[in-house]
Amino acid sequence: MTARELVFATLRRSLGVSGSEAPRRAAVAARLAGHPAGVVPARGQRPPLERLDLFARMVDASAGTAERVATAADIPAALAAFLRGLNLPLRVRHGDDPRLVAVPWDAEPALEIRRGASDGHDLAAVSHAFAAVAETGTLVLTSGPDNPTTLNFLPDVHVVVVDAADVASDFETALAGLRQRYGVGTMPRTVNMITGPSRSADIEQTLLLGAHGPRKLHVIVVGNP
Amino acid sequence: MTLASHIATSSRFKDNARAALADADLQDALSFVEVNFIARRREVADRLPEFEALRDSARDIKDHTLAHLDLYLEAYEERLIAQGGHLHYAVTAQDAREIILDICRGAGATTVTKGKSMVAEEIGLNDFLEGNGITPVETDLGEYIIQLRHELPSHIIAPAVHLTKAQIEDEFRRAHTHLPAARNLDEPTSLLAEARGVLREKFLAADVGITGANFLVAETGTSVIVTNEGNGDLTQTLPRVHIVLASLEKLVPTLEDLAQLLRVLARSATGQEMSVYTTLSTGPRRPDDPDGPGEYHVVLLDNGRSSMIGGAFRDMLRCIRCGACMNHCPVYHAVGGHAYGWVYPGPMGAVLTPSLIGIDKAGHLPNASTFCGRCEEVCPVRIPLPRLMRSWREREFERHLSPATVRGGLALWAFFATRPRLYGLATAMAARLLGWAGRARGRFSWLPLASGWTRCRDFPAPHGETFQSRWKRREKAPLPRPGHAP
Repeated sequence: MTARELVFATLRRSLGVSGSEAPRRAAVAARLAGHPAGVVPARGQRPPLERLDLFARMVDASAGTAERVATAADIPAALAAFLRGLNLPLRVRHGDDPRLVAVPWDAEPALEIRRGASDGHDLAAVSHAFAAVAETGTLVLTSGPDNPTTLNFLPDVHVVVVDAADVASDFETALAGLRQRYGVGTMPRTVNMITGPSRSADIEQTLLLGAHGPRKLHVIVVGNP
Repeated sequence: MTLASHIATSSRFKDNARAALADADLQDALSFVEVNFIARRREVADRLPEFEALRDSARDIKDHTLAHLDLYLEAYEERLIAQGGHLHYAVTAQDAREIILDICRGAGATTVTKGKSMVAEEIGLNDFLEGNGITPVETDLGEYIIQLRHELPSHIIAPAVHLTKAQIEDEFRRAHTHLPAARNLDEPTSLLAEARGVLREKFLAADVGITGANFLVAETGTSVIVTNEGNGDLTQTLPRVHIVLASLEKLVPTLEDLAQLLRVLARSATGQEMSVYTTLSTGPRRPDDPDGPGEYHVVLLDNGRSSMIGGAFRDMLRCIRCGACMNHCPVYHAVGGHAYGWVYPGPMGAVLTPSLIGIDKAGHLPNASTFCGRCEEVCPVRIPLPRLMRSWREREFERHLSPATVRGGLALWAFFATRPRLYGLATAMAARLLGWAGRARGRFSWLPLASGWTRCRDFPAPHGETFQSRWKRREKAPLPRPGHAP
């Protein structure tokens, strides 16, 4: 008997089932296909502009910062101002996301843009979020050449751009978006849900920012919901 | 180097607890637990009106999954393999250790980084890898600290909660000899910065990264880790091979079910709305991915759980390892996690440890409870921890594992308790006698047969009357009129 067979046999003996009972199979198939939502907090359920306000407040509460800009053309100035405010060099890295590639970076001549995954030597990175969740101020990022996962963790400063229309009320909406984009039962290699900058409270439960990931997290919300 | 850290000392709980109570550093460190965790959880739970309903939902999801675990496991396996992952079944802890060693050897690994994993502690993975020439590096700050000290975690989400800042500074000075001896480590931030610097090099050099999993999602074949530091993500993103070590009961059906559980996990654990990093991983690096591991393995540990699911302790398999039960436990506050003698401390450990290592070895743990019920009150998946501890006590008694003094005492008590008249007579006499003997001081500093109590505190002298006789007297007396102050 293989280990797999042994685990299944013991499980089924304990549960008193054979595994082929039709009602059980139907219950499981129905839940997987129907993915019922459960309890969704009312907190995020509000009109689009108020939802953006809530999102910004929750990012703030998680020790991140957020700002709104009218169009993608405003991103370079916002990014440069943010980096200057931290006394950081105006050098950032981003992936192949077409929305980031299309940003008119030249509008800030001092900005130096690098492309691709990080090897750990970058101070700042820019990613484009797949979506965001107003309920908790959470960003949802997906892996791939567009937004390499290393950019989310290795640099000291992480700036995340998100379209206002992609700021969802709740997790269920953002997850439904993933299902639609990647197909039922299929996921990208990594989905990072990020709520604030890295932290640790392992030393006498004192909260300290910048444990292993970025010390600063800044969100730029683009456009109107 | 061989460590003995995973050998259980649960059978010596009483000695462990006595030592813990006398440990001044430990008592200092523990004073933070009661204050911080409880207040933070209360605050964040109060902010979410749906929190109690979410706890019901979380409990129901776990119950439903456990009742259909074989089928969700099939679905999970199918999605995982379809997306390029490898699934390994481990019946025992030894099986899991060997599977992981084989994968590491196959990757030609000399160092592995590790994200925090209680299941890795359960199977004693670090000692085993080290014994086989592979260096494991813990990367969670708390886990890193206790690895330097060759200790077990004393808390399931805050492994170094038993240490003071000064002790951590001493440890860093001892371990990081390549850094200037005169450096200033007074502030917690400088300790954190030093660990970050040391571990960053380890992340970049590691061949294999091992993480645990908070959840496995059947719908998508996904493993999920929930962290605050980002160490788990560096652990699983940078090396060539990512190994996920998870136990069977981590499965949930769908992404929506995951969202329900995430809403109660961080709030119950650290009092955050969400932990900083919730990471969903599915399979290895895709053909056009610029980063991520080339291989993705999930080692699924049974270690008795598939049997447990059919027994009296099935509810325990709902546990999502938030630590709220120990954060709210007066016994944990007093003695800390190490006294419990194995990997899982506090009320959840008092129920789970006997299931995993045997009630004969862990019999003290379910007895180390006042049954105050706070653990059940805060458990996000509503595990009836006091009832389960009581079940263990009953089993221990049935199997004649309790000490002779306990059995003798209970037999004596049962003799009187089943004879009400005799009981009334005996207690009335005892109350009168003790009331008379203690009439001068109102308390006893020593009593025959009660040294277990009087060794640590005085025993209050009764007033000479039992509760029952006083009750009878009041029943006969006229009721006080409402509005009359007594």
